[in-house]
Amino acid sequence: MASELAIDVHGMTKRFGKHIAVNDVALQVGSGEICGFLGPNGSGKTTFIRMLCGLLKADAGSGTCLGFDVITESEDIKRQVGYMTQRFSFYEDLSISENLDFVARMYSLGNRHTAVNASIEKLGLVERRNQLAGELSGGWKQRLALAACMLHEPKLLLLDEPTAGVDPKARREFWEEIHQLAAQGLTFLIATHYMDEAERCHRLAFISNGTLLIRGTVREVIDETHLTTWSVSGPDLLNLARQLRDVPGIEQTVPFGNTLRVSGNDPEAVENAISPHRNSSYNWRPVDSSLEDVFIHLMNKPKDGPSS
Amino acid sequence: MISKVGISPSRFWAMVVKEFIQMRRDRVTFAIMVGIPLIQLTLFGFAINSDPRHLPAAMIINDNGPMARTVLYSLQNSTYFDFVRQVGTEAEGRKILERGEAQFVINVPENFTRDLLRGNRPSILIEADATDPSATSNALGSLRSLLDTALQNDLKGPLSYLSSVTGPIDLQIHALYNPEANTQYNIVPGLMGVVLTMTTVMITALAITRELESGTMENLLSMPTRPVEVLVGKIVPYILVGYIQLLLILTAAHFLFHVPMVGSLVLLLAVAFVFITANLAMGITFSTIAKNQRQAIQMAFFFFLPSILLSGFMFPFRGMPQWAQMIGELLPLTHFLRIVRGIVLKGNGLVDVLAQLWQIVLFAVIAVTIGVKRYRRTLD
Repeated sequence: MASELAIDVHGMTKRFGKHIAVNDVALQVGSGEICGFLGPNGSGKTTFIRMLCGLLKADAGSGTCLGFDVITESEDIKRQVGYMTQRFSFYEDLSISENLDFVARMYSLGNRHTAVNASIEKLGLVERRNQLAGELSGGWKQRLALAACMLHEPKLLLLDEPTAGVDPKARREFWEEIHQLAAQGLTFLIATHYMDEAERCHRLAFISNGTLLIRGTVREVIDETHLTTWSVSGPDLLNLARQLRDVPGIEQTVPFGNTLRVSGNDPEAVENAISPHRNSSYNWRPVDSSLEDVFIHLMNKPKDGPSS
Repeated sequence: MISKVGISPSRFWAMVVKEFIQMRRDRVTFAIMVGIPLIQLTLFGFAINSDPRHLPAAMIINDNGPMARTVLYSLQNSTYFDFVRQVGTEAEGRKILERGEAQFVINVPENFTRDLLRGNRPSILIEADATDPSATSNALGSLRSLLDTALQNDLKGPLSYLSSVTGPIDLQIHALYNPEANTQYNIVPGLMGVVLTMTTVMITALAITRELESGTMENLLSMPTRPVEVLVGKIVPYILVGYIQLLLILTAAHFLFHVPMVGSLVLLLAVAFVFITANLAMGITFSTIAKNQRQAIQMAFFFFLPSILLSGFMFPFRGMPQWAQMIGELLPLTHFLRIVRGIVLKGNGLVDVLAQLWQIVLFAVIAVTIGVKRYRRTLD
């Protein structure tokens, strides 16, 4: 059973001076799973991923990554993990094929030429193989980076905000590829900010201020948060939002097109709060909380004090 | 109101304020800007001396008479010459000069005192290692008057007839290796070392910091690499670059400056390998210490200045005080200069070269070791 888990770590902790970047995080990701790793900027996503692939030394924690000890066997882990950095980190002054060639040599691939050529063909960059990587657009850079970190046929891919700054079409294609690869048995841990991307994942893990707050499928995450959300349309919603914002029980008032979404943790408190405004001029209706509502809710949570 | 054309004082001031803020943020640069001029001022101000004294001299004494002693005392008292050892034969003396163990060999012939008293004008032969004319010229220039004054005290009364106009001694000076005192013969081979130091240290000093700044380091570290692979892999291509530079300088030395090549070119090229590697290793080590490319360049410069000033390239090595010579001995350039001048001008062979070479090897080994130790295998 344990071998079914690509990632199985506990108590992962990382401090930078006094600041605790990652605090006692446990995460299990099964083989062939796409796990979305959510959290606001600076929440510790990148730090956690870097600890998994041996780029940072964990201050505490234990467990395995692809069956190797995450603390002591990082060299073995590196050989079987593909890590795609947040910022494009291949050589901009090397051409596409030169970059891939470099990576292939780094992993001492026996069939270097075949692997590189196959990768370039799959990318659809045969004609542009001699173009410098620095001249590529954001979307192509991402695809090159993904191709490069998959050259050595890793079993686990750690992708740190892989689609930041990539247009919607390229993003969609990117995700289609990821699902195909996952179907072939690859495991993914993908850090992202985008809600639509989070919804494409099999499972989610939400981290905030270095602490893992919630894990599960999209449905489970939304249900477990017990967030009540109302949608309201009517005149001068901005003014309504301003009035509701400070009422106890209301956590969020988010303008959403021509409507305003109002949500809170306690269903009764929310109803009490909106009741003075439930008149003929406003059209209220209860709606399902979206992942974004949950996301914002979880992000705000630590400000209310430690909830655990 | 913001003016659309022309110079805006506000925009100008915005730039000034921003620059000051950035200057203050980079503590290391700030420390270097203030600290380095101070260090260099005191270091070089006290170290550099263009009138070198206490130059090591060997002596061949075949006469124990009082006049011989007078001569030797007067040389020692001039503070230009320090007698470091006595040798038996001229050949032995020549060997010492070749190895650079002494700057002069002073030869007092047999029956010197007797011949002097007889008015036969005995000769004193002084052989000087004149590869660096500026190191020997003052000492040699002072010789004639030095000896005449010294002997004047002895040649009084009945002996005063000896202090004739022509002088009581026949002073023979042989400026070896560079008899015409052509400074280019000394400077051009030296430049070989200086140019190599400057370019090679700089190139590799940027090696790691560039990867850090462009973000490629993160990728590199996520791959299964070992520090030695990365560091040595970064050094090797530039050894080739060093050789291209070396060949350019050698060609120019030959055709442009007509510097003679007394020794073996093959030996010189072989030794250069060690020297280039040592400098590249130094650069790589700077690269592992510096946080960004700017700091790396500053470190390279910090290394380059003493290399130029304390190695014997610009100023005679033996003119410097003891402590400065000790610093100089640590630098690879100091030893490489001695080797190059030795091979090019004196025709030194492998055995003579090894006495200097091992110190460059040691330097390279230490630099690589520090580099490998300092190389961060994680992003911590």
